[in-house]
Amino acid sequence: MATKRLRIRNHRVVLNRSKGGDLGITIFLLILGVFMFIPLWYLIITALKPLGERNMTPPLLYVIKPTMQNFIDLFTNMNSTWVPITRYLFNTVIISVAATFGCLVLGSLTAYALSKIKFPGRVAIFTMIRYSLMISSTITAITNFFIFVWLGWLNTYWISIVPVWASTLGLYLMKQFIDSSVSDEMIEAARIDGASELRIYWQIVMPLVKPAWLTLLVTTFQNVWNSGASSYVWSEQLKTFNSAISTISTVSVGAGSAGSVVMMSVPIIFFIVNQAKIVETMGSSGMKD
Amino acid sequence: MTNAAAQKDVAPQNEPQHIGKPMTKGRYLRTQMKRTWPGYVMITPFLIMFIAFTVVPVVLSIILSFTSFNMLEFPEFKGLENYVQLFLADDLFITAFSNTMLFAVTTGPASFILAFIVAWFINELSPRVRAFITIIFYAPSISATAYTVFGVFFQGDIYGYVNGWLLKMGMINEPIVFFKNTKYIVPLCIVVALWTSLGTSFLSNIAGLQGVDRSLYEAGAIDGIKNRWQEAWYITLPQMRPILLFGAVMSITRAFGFGAIVNVLCGNPSTDYVAWTLEHHLQEYMSVRFEYGYASAISVVLFFLMMAANLLVQKFLSKVGE
Repeated sequence: MATKRLRIRNHRVVLNRSKGGDLGITIFLLILGVFMFIPLWYLIITALKPLGERNMTPPLLYVIKPTMQNFIDLFTNMNSTWVPITRYLFNTVIISVAATFGCLVLGSLTAYALSKIKFPGRVAIFTMIRYSLMISSTITAITNFFIFVWLGWLNTYWISIVPVWASTLGLYLMKQFIDSSVSDEMIEAARIDGASELRIYWQIVMPLVKPAWLTLLVTTFQNVWNSGASSYVWSEQLKTFNSAISTISTVSVGAGSAGSVVMMSVPIIFFIVNQAKIVETMGSSGMKD
Repeated sequence: MTNAAAQKDVAPQNEPQHIGKPMTKGRYLRTQMKRTWPGYVMITPFLIMFIAFTVVPVVLSIILSFTSFNMLEFPEFKGLENYVQLFLADDLFITAFSNTMLFAVTTGPASFILAFIVAWFINELSPRVRAFITIIFYAPSISATAYTVFGVFFQGDIYGYVNGWLLKMGMINEPIVFFKNTKYIVPLCIVVALWTSLGTSFLSNIAGLQGVDRSLYEAGAIDGIKNRWQEAWYITLPQMRPILLFGAVMSITRAFGFGAIVNVLCGNPSTDYVAWTLEHHLQEYMSVRFEYGYASAISVVLFFLMMAANLLVQKFLSKVGE
């Protein structure tokens, strides 16, 4: 019987890995990585290019003389228009924070209750939540519009904030994470010691599942921050940064790119800071059939 | 402590009032509900939101889809007329339907498979390298409107990057107006959609692969698994099944909603409606024509499409590795 030569990597025996396969995979990842990265790179350098370099044909994939002028333009020139750019930014921040905070409070309470309080009906409710992950907001758009009209919310911040409180992805992830990382025995012990459910939630479970609620926080924030302009908000003063950028882009490519860079850097930085926690939470995201 | 109190401590805590009475199912349910009342209180705020913004809209859309409704008058019952018109008399709907299906069956599976393959390939790299590559691949799906850069990249005049190079190399004589040319719109939109699509399923795959028990691979090697592809098929995929199910849901839901990308890059409507999707059709009837009954019928079609796609794929995936 032929014996295989063992390969060692990181002090570990590597099983079943051919060198040719390694090479092929590296090449595949490189090509794909370049495809993923080039557009973002192009956006960043466009934002850093002075006017002269932007109008070269063909445009270069690097900057000769990087300048911050586009960012300065964005925040000075665009600030002297009748609705200043900082106002759009303020709107986006207000909406994102309010929506995310509400989602965190409602979502974490519900995730705890569904996971650790064995009340009748919880399975049915969680099944509904799981199914709701399968549909997109397009489907609920019409009736949500009726609800907004009925509540008199057209052209207000509420339209972008409150529906987010009903979003289910963060809640789903959190419930799964509590299921897998907090034992029933511990909760039962706390109950016998006389702790109220609210206290168990706040003082025992929440500190234990920090990765999960950070994930809920970051994913919800990303969604709200990135969501496009609502078509039911028509006052210019209430519109978001996102919608302002598409207007600016038509006037000035430089300032528009600078705006896009500002816009995308916030969720990306949030993700980088919390990456380990988010991946940890995703570990228990599996669906059992 | 008094005698009575001591006795109460000993008695089972679940049903102190009903000792001695027979325990029927209904009574058991009632005592359970009484005992776990904080649970109901805690889910109530969310449940109200969920019912108002998700459950009611779905149910109401289904009801309204059988009516004609313009918000001013009371809905008028029309039976199946909306659906008949959709499928038999509305050519634009057929375009929208087939485009949506085209977007879904290309970007959905592609992004799902890509999310797994990339996560699988980077699984054995050192944690730092893995974290770096994760950011490169995940960043496009969280970078808001960054995909507008494709508009600059494929700009229709000589200042666009692609046109500039094609002209310089002499492949074309005049710039191609990529996002107005019916030949290029749909493929380009699919590429852009793919670029933004790795998303949540990618992250859950990375986490799931880390969680697979290493000793299984060693056992597999002893049992005669010869290469990484067999290892993936016989060990990794079956172990990952729950994560794959979740990832599929995320990918499918994304694959049905690329209307915004088309709007931003090609304008609304796109040239000759070549990239017209159900999302556009719905918006048109809702925000421009105010025919809410008809719009509801479109959203019901979309709802059943998404549900059917999800349930089918779930059924299919639950057989992986069996």
